[in-house]
Amino acid sequence: MAARRRAATRGTFPGWLLPLALILPELVVVGLFFLYPAARVVEDSVTASNAFGLSSRFVGLANFRALFSGGDELHSLEVTALFVGVTTLVAMALGLFLAVQVEQLGRSRVLFRTLFVWPYAVPAAIGGTLWLFLFEPGIGPGARLLADLGVRWNFALHGPQAMVLVMAIFVWQQVGYNLLFYLAALQGVPSEFQEAAQVDGAGKLRTFWRVVFPLLGPTTFFLLVMDLLAGLFGSFAVVDLVTQGGPAGATSFLVYQLYRDGFVNSNANLAAAETIVLLVIAGVLTVFQFRFLNRRVHYR
Amino acid sequence: MPAIAMEGLTKVYPTGQRALDALDLEVKEGEFLVLVGPSGCGKTTALRLVAGLEEPTGGVLRIGDRDVTHLPPKDRDVAMVFQHYALYPHMTIEANMAFPLRTRRLPKAAVRAKVLEVARLLDLEPVLGRKPAQLSGGQRQRVAMGRAIVREPAVFLMDEPLSNLDAKLRVQMRAELLRLQRRLGTATLYVTHDQVEAMTMGDRVAVLRGGVLQQCDTPHALYQRPANLFVAGFLGTPAMNLFRAQLAEDGQRLRLGSQQLPLPPEVLATRPALAPYRGRTVAVGIRPEHLALGATGAPATLRAEVALVEALGAEQLVHFTLDAPAQPVEDRAGRPGEEPAPLRLEQTGATGTARVGPDEAVRVGSTVEFGLDPATLQFFDPEGGQALWA
Repeated sequence: MAARRRAATRGTFPGWLLPLALILPELVVVGLFFLYPAARVVEDSVTASNAFGLSSRFVGLANFRALFSGGDELHSLEVTALFVGVTTLVAMALGLFLAVQVEQLGRSRVLFRTLFVWPYAVPAAIGGTLWLFLFEPGIGPGARLLADLGVRWNFALHGPQAMVLVMAIFVWQQVGYNLLFYLAALQGVPSEFQEAAQVDGAGKLRTFWRVVFPLLGPTTFFLLVMDLLAGLFGSFAVVDLVTQGGPAGATSFLVYQLYRDGFVNSNANLAAAETIVLLVIAGVLTVFQFRFLNRRVHYR
Repeated sequence: MPAIAMEGLTKVYPTGQRALDALDLEVKEGEFLVLVGPSGCGKTTALRLVAGLEEPTGGVLRIGDRDVTHLPPKDRDVAMVFQHYALYPHMTIEANMAFPLRTRRLPKAAVRAKVLEVARLLDLEPVLGRKPAQLSGGQRQRVAMGRAIVREPAVFLMDEPLSNLDAKLRVQMRAELLRLQRRLGTATLYVTHDQVEAMTMGDRVAVLRGGVLQQCDTPHALYQRPANLFVAGFLGTPAMNLFRAQLAEDGQRLRLGSQQLPLPPEVLATRPALAPYRGRTVAVGIRPEHLALGATGAPATLRAEVALVEALGAEQLVHFTLDAPAQPVEDRAGRPGEEPAPLRLEQTGATGTARVGPDEAVRVGSTVEFGLDPATLQFFDPEGGQALWA
């Protein structure tokens, strides 16, 4: 009875013209800026164009074969995996650690929360420039400090150094985001659980790992998905600004590689194929997480 | 040696709120002691201090022969049952019950054996593999008990453990919990705001108000001889009727509004503290069950107008009005954190309740005469509230 009344009040529009008119603007936007470009990318990835882009013909999977025949793409995959894996792990661990510390603060909690979130609010270009100043070989204060410590610092020459620098910048930005979510999640854990664990004889560490951390599961899972995606797609600005993918492709992640192929090397078809590869990777990762990890998460 | 000894235990919060004021209380070996009082009276604070979840600002706390005042909870050998049970939602029932043993790094086989033993005792064996969310309220309550029992602690602490159950289950669990405590013989400190729970469960009951201990005694003694107006008004359902009355100069009569109650000499003789109140105002308390209808030959009678009759089957509650001033008792309902309000000025037309047989014909609006034995009257100082006995 009640259910039927609710269905009635929810109502359906008579006919289809009015509903169509109402969702048309949204359809146009989605079609124009999402569906159409996506279709074009798929089309580009299976065709070959001449240098002027005036004629094109269907080539099947030739672009993908070309992609994986050279070592560049495999190398890009490797450095991307390393970058995404390390930044996600470090940004989440650091975010959690800092959130726990901030949560224990009293009044200064708001101050520190704001400070830690700041980097996330700063545009990547500005943050990148800042780090570039700090670690400019021979000039930047950070670079000089490293030199004093005996590190022969020149990220323009040493691939691993470039990688570490880009990772550091990215983590610096992402930590605030993770901290914010972990802080909210920590505040949602009733203190009764921690008190029960204390009375049950658990120390601080045990209480955290056995009781509190599992209760943060939904947040950890959410951040894992978000950080992986951010690492896959969000690293472009930092790489472009700091290393331009160098030295020798050491930081040429998929998202940067496809930009170079498409806009610097003017090979739109190859870039389209790379875009598809990137999207498939992101999709597979996300689906995998939802299918397999999500089962292990305890939702209250 | 008491199982728990609180000596001048005090807790003042940084805000200046005095949650607990110099509490002296002992829980004897094997005893079931109930801390009761309105919300904000400090009973939960006292329990948390004993558990070690909060640090006292003064006083000494002993568990057994050890001074544990500043020890962390894990070193106190206490187990606690929380109001919302605090079962770890991501663990199975078995893991929940094993948790306190695991933290003590007992061998796995021993842990499992102990958990099984306790699960059997509490009839929880079939649900050991489930998560807390899949259990009923009563089962969760038993799991919380089980988690406390597996450790075989020196002391059980319970924070309103039955308050989340529905009324019927609560009565059932009350008996079950008590039977369990008797069987284990573990000293228990039990906090509740429910005076019925306190009266039915406690070997002794400690009544707290505003962080100050009012009285600690057996339920029977508390009911028969409340130490002050607050205890008198707090324990008993319906509550004790409290009026203001004038004690005659000769101590032989009590004037209640327009009525006079004769007081036989033994009333004063058994209450030496009442003598100085001759010719003055006193607060007089009458338990509802001490007012009888149709009893011929009662030593005294009290006329009143019937305002409402509640038939409960086995008895009737007759609510009446009387032209005597009421004796206000602040805090009967209990508002947290408030200072006890000063006694209000006298008002006329006090209300009261009588407990009469189920077959008495009582008409609303009629005037009735209650029979009453003056020996059952309780007297209190109308300002300070202390009982006037010896």
